[in-house]
Amino acid sequence: MLICDGVELRQGDFVLRADLQFSAGGVTALIGPSGAGKSTLLSGLAGFLVPHAGRILWDGQDLRSVAPGRRPMSVLFQDNNLFPHLTIGQNVGLALRPDLRLTPDQGRSVACVLDRVGLDGFADRIPAALSGGQQSRAALARVLLGDRPIVLLDEPFAALGPGLKEEMLDLVRDLLVGDGVTLIMVTHDPADAKRIADDVVLVAGGVAEPPVQTDVLFANPTAALVHYLGAGMG
Amino acid sequence: MKNTTYLPAVAGLVLCATGASAETPVLQVMTYDSFVSEWGPGPAVEAAFEETCACDLQFVGAGDGASLLARLQLEGPRTEADIVLGLDTNLTAAARETGLFASHGLSVDLDLPIAWDDAEFLPFDWGYFAFVGNVGDAAPASLRALADSDAQIVIQDPRSSTPGLGLLMWVTAAYGDEAEALWADLADNIVTVTPGWSEAYGMFLDGEADAVLSYTTSPAYHLIAEEDDSKVAWGFDEGHYMQVEVAGKVAGTDQPELADQFLAFMVSEAFQGVIPTTNWMYPSVTPADGLPDGFETLLTPAKALLFSPEDAAAKRDAALDEWRAALSQ
Amino acid sequence: MARSTFPITPRWPGTVAAVLVLILTIGTLGAVAYRAEWGSGLSAADWAAIRFTVSQALVSAVISVVLAIPVARALARRQFPGRQMLITLLGAPFLLPVIVAVLGLLAVFGREGVLNRLLEGLGLSPISIFGFHGVVLAHVFFNLPLAIRLILQGWLSIPAERFRLVATLDASVARLLEWPMLRAVVPSAFLVIFLICLTSFAVALTLGGGPRATTVELAIYQALRFDFDLGRAALLACIQFAICVIAAVLAWRVAAVDAMGAGLDRVVQRWDLSRPWLDFAMILAGALFLLVPLGMVVLRGLPGLTQMPETIWYAALRSVFVAGGSAVLCVTMAVALALRGGVFVAVIGVLPLAASGLVVGTGAFLIVFSFIRPSDVALVVTMLVNATLALPFALRAIAPAVERVAADYGRLGRSLGMAGWGWIRLIVLPRIRRPLGFAAGLAAALSMGDLGVITLFAGQAEETLPLAMYRLMGAYRMEAAAGAALVLLAMSLLLFWICDRGGRVDADL
Repeated sequence: MLICDGVELRQGDFVLRADLQFSAGGVTALIGPSGAGKSTLLSGLAGFLVPHAGRILWDGQDLRSVAPGRRPMSVLFQDNNLFPHLTIGQNVGLALRPDLRLTPDQGRSVACVLDRVGLDGFADRIPAALSGGQQSRAALARVLLGDRPIVLLDEPFAALGPGLKEEMLDLVRDLLVGDGVTLIMVTHDPADAKRIADDVVLVAGGVAEPPVQTDVLFANPTAALVHYLGAGMG
Repeated sequence: MKNTTYLPAVAGLVLCATGASAETPVLQVMTYDSFVSEWGPGPAVEAAFEETCACDLQFVGAGDGASLLARLQLEGPRTEADIVLGLDTNLTAAARETGLFASHGLSVDLDLPIAWDDAEFLPFDWGYFAFVGNVGDAAPASLRALADSDAQIVIQDPRSSTPGLGLLMWVTAAYGDEAEALWADLADNIVTVTPGWSEAYGMFLDGEADAVLSYTTSPAYHLIAEEDDSKVAWGFDEGHYMQVEVAGKVAGTDQPELADQFLAFMVSEAFQGVIPTTNWMYPSVTPADGLPDGFETLLTPAKALLFSPEDAAAKRDAALDEWRAALSQ
Repeated sequence: MARSTFPITPRWPGTVAAVLVLILTIGTLGAVAYRAEWGSGLSAADWAAIRFTVSQALVSAVISVVLAIPVARALARRQFPGRQMLITLLGAPFLLPVIVAVLGLLAVFGREGVLNRLLEGLGLSPISIFGFHGVVLAHVFFNLPLAIRLILQGWLSIPAERFRLVATLDASVARLLEWPMLRAVVPSAFLVIFLICLTSFAVALTLGGGPRATTVELAIYQALRFDFDLGRAALLACIQFAICVIAAVLAWRVAAVDAMGAGLDRVVQRWDLSRPWLDFAMILAGALFLLVPLGMVVLRGLPGLTQMPETIWYAALRSVFVAGGSAVLCVTMAVALALRGGVFVAVIGVLPLAASGLVVGTGAFLIVFSFIRPSDVALVVTMLVNATLALPFALRAIAPAVERVAADYGRLGRSLGMAGWGWIRLIVLPRIRRPLGFAAGLAAALSMGDLGVITLFAGQAEETLPLAMYRLMGAYRMEAAAGAALVLLAMSLLLFWICDRGGRVDADL
């Protein structure tokens, strides 16, 4: 169980308050207007921002003093998810050894996970030689290999076309969801939320609301959601 | 590749810069740079002295004559130098004041144009300052004539170079109270003032000036080493200021006998014989078979000028102010 | 980006580097002041020296920057065969030891130089290089390459999309793109060159024509070597620091992001390029001014090559060793400081520019002498001091690149648990290869020509190439010295080229 207990995150003048808990093993979408603090919340969870007040708890443990790389979570960012000068194999291998001193066994695991995301034989290429979709798959392969209980997605597929984005979301669902992984994804597209999210957290006006079941929320939108979605969407 | 063979040598030099073994006593002689250069007296002197002393003679090059004294002052009583070689009489007063020097205790018959009775410093060579120009050019016959002529000269800065300081003393010795007026008249003859002798002499050879402040013995270098007789020193009626280069024993030396031995060696044939064609100065004791061929062609000034070290030190600051004032107009 | 409590690299290496720089700049000054017997204040002559120093530095920096703008603009706009080679060669004067450069300048602008021969042939009266204008000419010769490089970098940092946008708007490239870029880049370029000229010594003395051209650095030299007045030397060094600080503060407000070491081989497609002959005339003029004196150094050095003693090659190897060591030390310190980041580091990066080379050398000597024999550590200290003196340039090249790596990949790296050496080895170093190579080359070439520190420390066995060259001159061997100068020029350039090249190969990711 991932809990934000009276968390207050500050970035310059901006303040975001979050007092909520994410259901374990479920998919939660963070939606809300841009600049409302979705990415700020994700940064706080990932450990890039230290809460000004409150605690972030995972299975009862306060994560305050846990460095980002040691938290039980993998992150995919909006961009720069792959180091351009490292090969795909190296990029994926970082999930096992941050210093890349892989054992032969670990090397086989890398090959295996690349195969699972459909990138068999791409291990020795550099990211620039891959298409956008293939790059996303490589990043996803690293998340899979990392095998951490929480996965944070900060709109990593936003730059892909709509078809490709849906394909990637499906891939995420197939590979991660249902495996006990707690998935938290930022999105500005309600369709994404409807597609794979169990719950939705609305982030608006400096506050992250407690999660609401996706179908419930869209069936009975709150005022804030209506405002965000606009007249045509309700 | 040929270069690879040098690498161990370089590494060795870096790791143990002083390669002396523990048994052989080491005599450290601090001197100016050009003394230790490939063509300076250093290599020959080292070889000759080490043949007789059962010791390791080490030269430490410390810039030019002026920086030599500064280096000694920086190091103070803790200096490892046993001998300081290369000061001239314009610097010996300040050197004596440091209290770092011991008496040399030698009485030597020196071939200097002047009497010498300094208890601490012993001359190893000497020369006359002179302007060196090209044969065939009109040569002024005095400092005054030079100042009144159109001749273009390069001189050295008295604040950073011993020849520069020598010229300052020369003008002061020759003109006394009228030195500033002479400098004022010389100002339009001076192309530039360089930090050291090397830059000035290089500029002269490159044709930047008609003459350069150097020594009466400079033409001997061109004559003997390059078989070139196109350089000549201008003789001046006022007389020529002398440079007497001396060495002294450091009082705190841990090798007093060796240091005494070196000073005695310094005025002997083996040392004095290499001076004319390596340092291009007059030896302070003329070797038995005379000076090398070519030296007889050099200018012999009718009158030698030289302040005592104490006078030179006393007059320096005022002379420098005059010089600066006159040339800053 | 908000500060995290989990830094990706430890802060101590940057702190160590900063402390080292502080010791070598402020600490050496302190060591000199500590030994001083305070008494004499500043004389009228010292004040004259301060006035001259500031005025020549101002004029030199203004002219360098003003002349660099059209040359850099032309180089940014035009593509032609050999352009990259030319840009590298144009950088050469900045890397030259002063005395070599002065010889080259005299061969062109001196009484018997190429220019006066030409004027004579045309029946015109000859010009003299000596005097205030000679000092400025030499400083422009030294620093124009730096100015061109900094400003060209500014031009090439304008994204191609902006040119496209301006082209579609049919607006003025000069007003919308170039003017704002120049306003950001020129003040910092001006500052760097002003500071370099401020601490100049041999150029001013050799070409200045007399005591009128006394700089503060010469006054410091006089105080140290001639009067042995450490108090006055320290006082003058403080004044030099103060002038630098004032200049830095004045130029600070417009501090710009510039990446000196980034690629210069890019040519942005442009839609506003008329009058190519004007650009090529600018490039030709710049190349003539900078390359003819270099050519003269080569020409004059060739006959001397056969007359050099064999020991020159040992000295040359020792110099390469020193240069290599300086380069490694310098980029190590620069990377450590850049990884640490912050305003403090920016200040550390400017300090060495403001320091008096003579005071640094003397202070280092006093510090070292309290512990061991200076000649034992001559080469190491020479490396360290030269690495520090080259640090401002290395830091300017490396810091923006390191910042960019942190901005682009810092969070990814931290989320993967990368830290410390692994992060530096796998991510930072490969991604900053270009500026790293450039900075290493610059540091190597600059320390190759060092004559300041080594003279104070060296015994007989530590002779470096510039020292050997100077000693040859002192022994009347002017031709052999010219040969040594040529070797020095060639090796400085070669070292720079190798390092710079090493950073470029396969680095286009």
